[in-house]
Amino acid sequence: MLTIELATYDAIIAHARRDHPDEACGVVAGPAGSDRPQGFIPMLNAARSPTFYEFDSADLLALYRAMDDRDEEPVVVYHSHTATEAYPSRTDVALAMEPSAHYVLVSTRSPDEVEFRSFRIVEGEVTEEEVEVVESFLTAEPDLSPDEEFPPR
Amino acid sequence: MSIEVRIPTILRTYTAGEKAVEGSGATLAELIDDLESRHGGLRDRLVDDRGLRRFVNVYLNDEDVRFLGGLETPVTDGDHVTVLPAVAGGAGPSPHVG
Repeated sequence: MLTIELATYDAIIAHARRDHPDEACGVVAGPAGSDRPQGFIPMLNAARSPTFYEFDSADLLALYRAMDDRDEEPVVVYHSHTATEAYPSRTDVALAMEPSAHYVLVSTRSPDEVEFRSFRIVEGEVTEEEVEVVESFLTAEPDLSPDEEFPPR
Repeated sequence: MSIEVRIPTILRTYTAGEKAVEGSGATLAELIDDLESRHGGLRDRLVDDRGLRRFVNVYLNDEDVRFLGGLETPVTDGDHVTVLPAVAGGAGPSPHVG
């Protein structure tokens, strides 16, 4: 499951709408191993294409250096499809190189309807996952079932 | 002295989980051959019969080697090489299958 803050969810959709009809792309970084997407980083689509995206090569190096310095990783890698559904294409699957990332796809084919879906793409296999939008990670209810209560009684 | 090569997460299966490995050579091609001798399988993920793979970026210090000399780019002790897979995709076919 992808858990994402509302402000980040909104920012991804706004970026996709803004760049329509070209595909928009970016990452949401988070502390390594945390699975918490916290830092929204919209990227330039160097391909400037309605059917393809690619991070600019120099931007990519700068991004990974910056994340490395802060011990962060790309928790979410997002991009938009502008005329088709928010589902990984064959190209998306072939080029997915972050097996631990949540691949978020947004479709902007309808101006009124929001399509925001998340997938794992590992070794060519696509698995859709639930998306949980929370107001904030700070105020989110801890998800503890009674027998996981801590400290134990 | 030698050349430090930073390896992306997805290729660390070839380096026993190491984030960076060291190698030597006078050109990027030689450096990759040297790495291959200790980290078998790595070369195939970086190059194909046409040269560097289209969706693998290799940087010498801060520069994409595509803007230098590709596989023939000279390298020297103390250089830093970084390998990063492209972050790319899209609804349509890839413009350069590679």
